[in-house]
Amino acid sequence: MSATHDQAEYTSVFTGAARTELDTIMSRYPTKMAALLPALWIVQRERGWVPPEGMAEVAEALDLTPAYVKGVVTFYTMYHQHPVGKHFIQVCTTSPCNVCGAEGVVDAFLKHTGCEELGVTSADGRYTVIEVECLGACGFATPVMINEEFVESVTPDRVPEILSSLK
Amino acid sequence: MGYPHKPHERETLVLSTHFGDHEAIPLDGWKKRGGYQALQKALGMTPAEIVDVVKASGLRGRGGAGFPTGIKWSFMKPGDGKVHYLCCNADESEPGTFKDREIMRWTPHALVEGCAIGAYAIGAEVAYIYIRGEFTEPLRHMEAAVKEAYAAGILGTNAMGTGKTVHVHVHKGAGAYICGEETALMNSLEGRRGNPRIKPPFPAVAGLFGQPTTINNVETLAAVPHILNRGADWYKGLGRADNPKSTGTKLWSVCGNIQKPGNYEMLMGFPFGEFLHEVCGGALPGRKLRAIIPGGSSVPIQTLEEAESSLMDYEGMVAGGTMLGSAGCIVIDDAQNLVKQIARLARFYAHESCAQCTQCREGTAWTTKILERIVAGDGTTEDLDTLLEIADNMTGKTICVLSDSCATPVVSGIRKFRGDFEALIKKRKVHPVPAVA
Ligand SMILES: Cc1cc2nc3c(=O)[nH]c(=O)nc-3n(C[C@H](O)[C@H](O)[C@H](O)COP(=O)(O)O)c2cc1C
Ligand code: SF4
Ligand code: FES
Repeated sequence: MSATHDQAEYTSVFTGAARTELDTIMSRYPTKMAALLPALWIVQRERGWVPPEGMAEVAEALDLTPAYVKGVVTFYTMYHQHPVGKHFIQVCTTSPCNVCGAEGVVDAFLKHTGCEELGVTSADGRYTVIEVECLGACGFATPVMINEEFVESVTPDRVPEILSSLK
Repeated sequence: MGYPHKPHERETLVLSTHFGDHEAIPLDGWKKRGGYQALQKALGMTPAEIVDVVKASGLRGRGGAGFPTGIKWSFMKPGDGKVHYLCCNADESEPGTFKDREIMRWTPHALVEGCAIGAYAIGAEVAYIYIRGEFTEPLRHMEAAVKEAYAAGILGTNAMGTGKTVHVHVHKGAGAYICGEETALMNSLEGRRGNPRIKPPFPAVAGLFGQPTTINNVETLAAVPHILNRGADWYKGLGRADNPKSTGTKLWSVCGNIQKPGNYEMLMGFPFGEFLHEVCGGALPGRKLRAIIPGGSSVPIQTLEEAESSLMDYEGMVAGGTMLGSAGCIVIDDAQNLVKQIARLARFYAHESCAQCTQCREGTAWTTKILERIVAGDGTTEDLDTLLEIADNMTGKTICVLSDSCATPVVSGIRKFRGDFEALIKKRKVHPVPAVA
């Protein structure tokens, strides 16, 4: 995932291979609208987040209004409405992980990434740390999702080593 | 389960037989393990015959509510001239539950096969597997398995050479617990906000894209090939003889303060006390188990004594003062602040409320606020009455049961562990009264 941090001019996502990908996806459903979540995922994969121009482009491709698309985007927690750090770190702190010390894991990430605050990207643009609700991996407390990958059974003392393994 | 530790001798492996076995993941390895024989057999039967077998097996939904699967399927009328759909619920977001993830990671073809059989049995040509967006690894495995199944002619317009059409597609969610609720899932799949729908109409009448739809959990569908291969009587025979209402095996996800967290496949009716202390290894060194939430965070909390005398099936858990739910067992020991954890669960529901219903939107928020106030040392005895009042107003009054789920740990917590709340309240900080000038 590559995040565009500057507000460089937006270039269309749905050309070439991504357009073909969207057409294939659309063929699986009886309505165009059903391709909305998949289309937004493609925008986020290509641009690192879902900028307003991306919502407009998706709206046009699926015969929806940008306002409708925005209403859907804001419902779901996984679409980034702002650029995020190169490594987007999500730590589960719901009760099953909480009783296993998840809050200590959050503190360790905040400290070692230099983010200090939840949801704030580190000065070097490398990290954003957030707390999330149950990741569906409660037996491997504490699971941490870094971009597309899960790291399981994380304890505070493992955090420096995990961070240094990130490119 | 075969991963992360060796199966325990008291487990009964059916769905989890190949957990941890990398060779079971791709199609050729899966076929060597008997894969797709059940689908071949099913496509040679009539849909009604398949529904009868599933009915006779006693299989009940593993997503939480435990509705008999064969009966659910029989609400669909193949040949009514309408387009039918099957939805597989792989949203798995109930705190404590992580079994469907394991099914999809290790045996993705088992789920493809279960979906294909289920679709055919309800007269659907298309099945969608809705997977929560965070499940990137299960998603990769499911997409690869579907692709392999199409390439091998197992899926498509001539499924396994029978001339029948069976499509299975994978659909990725985007982060919202509520999309596990069946009608919210359908809205989400259609490209809408994941708001639950008012019922009726029920999905079997007007579901996905307004068409008759059946929705089943991953574990439910993954059990179906085994039932077709080995017969309804075999499945019915698994479980305790004195309770024909709960049959088969159940995957239990165990987490929290326990020696060996993980997934365990147990016969219905297995003694819960033995399970916790022997199979899962019991308490961590120097600690004692204290409170158990056996069925995912939405079911009533049990005291250890209640848990120890419960049996692990639908009726056994009700007798034990709780519910089987999704069998996501959360273990809390004596080193924890139980009220803090109940407050954290309330925060979960407040975060996940879709906010359509006032009782839920306001109730989850206020419950969280009051509980967090108690934890912070600012609670009063009246707060407990207020919490129970709010909980009452949140139960049985909303479009879906997320609201009830938030009230459940609060009510059972106050009823069974009132002393924990009172101890925090007694320690209340006395704020100095500012002097009046
Ligand atoms: C708030 C809420 C969340 C739910 N989450 C899930 C879930 O993540 N997975 C699931 O299978 N069922 C979930 N359910 C239950 C489904 O609505 C539905 O009953 C189930 O998928 C039916 O499948 P089954 O009959 O095979 O159990 C949820 C229900 C509610 C009210
Ligand atoms: S009960 Fe809560 S989650 Fe369910 S529909 Fe109402 S507001 Fe939404
Ligand atoms: S509670 Fe942390 S993964 Fe489920």
